[in-house]
Amino acid sequence: MTLPFAIIAGLTVGSAIAAMSLRNLVHCALSLVLTFAGLAGLYLQLNAEFVGFTQILVYVGAVSILIVFAILLTRSTEPKDEPTTVTPWVGISVAVGAFLTMALAVLASPVGKRIAAPAPEVSVKTLGQKLMTDYVLPLEVMALLLTAAMLGAVIIAMKDKEGSR
Amino acid sequence: MTPLSGYLLVSALLFCIGLAGALTRRNAIMVLIGIELMLNAANLNFIAFWRFSEHPETQTGLMFALFSIAIAAAEAAVGLALSITIYRHFRTANVDKVKDMKG
Repeated sequence: MTLPFAIIAGLTVGSAIAAMSLRNLVHCALSLVLTFAGLAGLYLQLNAEFVGFTQILVYVGAVSILIVFAILLTRSTEPKDEPTTVTPWVGISVAVGAFLTMALAVLASPVGKRIAAPAPEVSVKTLGQKLMTDYVLPLEVMALLLTAAMLGAVIIAMKDKEGSR
Repeated sequence: MTPLSGYLLVSALLFCIGLAGALTRRNAIMVLIGIELMLNAANLNFIAFWRFSEHPETQTGLMFALFSIAIAAAEAAVGLALSITIYRHFRTANVDKVKDMKG
């Protein structure tokens, strides 16, 4: 375990805990931005530069702005609610159980001790060529999905006019 | 260099934090944030397994992570639009109070 990895991993996990446990929703969104940025750092450490920068563009840039907008638009006018369920320990124990199961599996597996091969040559050019040849059908389906999702989001969130339905 | 298990443990931690948040928080947007965290943990797994695989030059894990990021973006857009509509309709974002379809 190297020091940069420990710092980035600690930052990511800590801000994720903060994002899920803070009471103020805007603070939660800001911690979430830190988590996404930390994940981008982990991708860069793993020599996945393009995915790391995509993570910054899509998550740190777009998704977090979307979340902040949604939080501000739905800011509750009613009195402060209880932020969690009456029995939060049920969900927490389920999560802890899931983590222990996964951690035991990871630590027991011989794959976990594997050391990385020398860094592969991955340029944006080769990625683009793959996207345009081997993965062209998934790419087109993805474009269709994004268009449909965008239209759907606009239609769902559109204010219905009085008497139009 | 950190062994693969380090990345897998971080990813498992992130997944479980997201799971705990999605199960315990009552605000619809916080539930969505928990789901986003779980998706990101899965992405980290893809990248880590790609980097530590025997043939990283095939770039399969990278491609999967890229597509997964695009799908997550679409999911976030639709999910947040839904939660805004729910807020407008019920005047609350608390998922426990939205129970009109409860039998």
